Amino acid sequence: MEWMAWTWPTATFFMVIAALLITFSILAIKFPEAPRVGVLRIETTRGDRLFITLLGSAFINLAWLGLVGPDNQPWALAVCLVWAAAVFRWV
Amino acid sequence: MEKTVNHRAWFLVLPVLLLVAFSAVIPLMTVVNYSFQDTFGNNEFFWAGLEWFQQMLNSERMWNALGRQLMFSGIILAIEIPLGIFVALNMPKSGFWSSFCLVLMSLPLLIPWNVVGTIWQIFGRIDIGLLGYTLDMIGIDYNYTQNALAAWVTIIVMDVWHWTSLVALLAFAGLKSIPDAFYQAAKIDQASRWKVFRYIELPKMMGVLMIAILLRFMDSFMIYTEPFVVTGGGPGNTTTLLSIDLVKMALGQFDLGPAAAFSLMYFLVILLISWVFYTVMTNLDKREG
Repeated sequence: MEWMAWTWPTATFFMVIAALLITFSILAIKFPEAPRVGVLRIETTRGDRLFITLLGSAFINLAWLGLVGPDNQPWALAVCLVWAAAVFRWV
Repeated sequence: MEKTVNHRAWFLVLPVLLLVAFSAVIPLMTVVNYSFQDTFGNNEFFWAGLEWFQQMLNSERMWNALGRQLMFSGIILAIEIPLGIFVALNMPKSGFWSSFCLVLMSLPLLIPWNVVGTIWQIFGRIDIGLLGYTLDMIGIDYNYTQNALAAWVTIIVMDVWHWTSLVALLAFAGLKSIPDAFYQAAKIDQASRWKVFRYIELPKMMGVLMIAILLRFMDSFMIYTEPFVVTGGGPGNTTTLLSIDLVKMALGQFDLGPAAAFSLMYFLVILLISWVFYTVMTNLDKREG
């Protein structure tokens, strides 16, 4: 495992992603839901909305880093949370 | 009749998951780890935080490569898709000549990327290549090693030669699936050739065309071997596309950290565009269904 150059921050990042995937898989099995059509006019399930949230969050973080700089990067996570809430509510 | 829901079938997917883990997930995790660290070899790493991402976002070199890449993908899609449809519309629909055309069209698809590059590299040379020599003889200033426009034309024509067949074959499959009744109805209504294409053939081909666009976009966005063999990214950096630049950075300069940050951003762009295409495709299917 040494060749993979693990660090605690990156390991924590992947643990969060894994935990999210497991949680959403359990939710999908225990509480199946019908897809719905939101503001994007496409059918989405909870899993789709999670994917849109994660992909959007990656771009939000990159945009923040490019436009604002690295000093206030944790605030980008706050924007991501707002984005996640908006996606799960309206998409 | 109600379908039986049996989640145990998921266990059958486990071998694939294992394979994908080793071929894709673990290498991707390693790239993420590298993108936050610096190394001087010897498997020793130092935490660099967001430095590489910031450096890449402010790198003119990366934005230029991205611009060239988008231009390349845009141009080849704008040529290959209409040309593929045109070829498919004019192919014999059945009989010996139909099979003959199908086999002929498949030939470029069977040639490995590096061989295609070598073929065009020699074909375009002004001393021994048929194309380069002929153009030079008739007085056209063509030299893909020195002239940026000639280099671009060469790699675009090469890609069109290699991959238009794929679009044509997919479009042909779409055309073959249209029942004769549609054409008969159009004939009764005295529809023009254009209207038959616009209201019958094009909508019926839309599904396969979306697949063709997705495949060609993805493939052209990740293209490496063919332009690398023909131009090596030159003259200067004029044909240095994203993957060529990435390999130069990662293996040529051994800048693993910046290259890892670069490849993650590259991956995100591909993921975003693929998702958009996939969503459009599945929604089209549902609407048709």
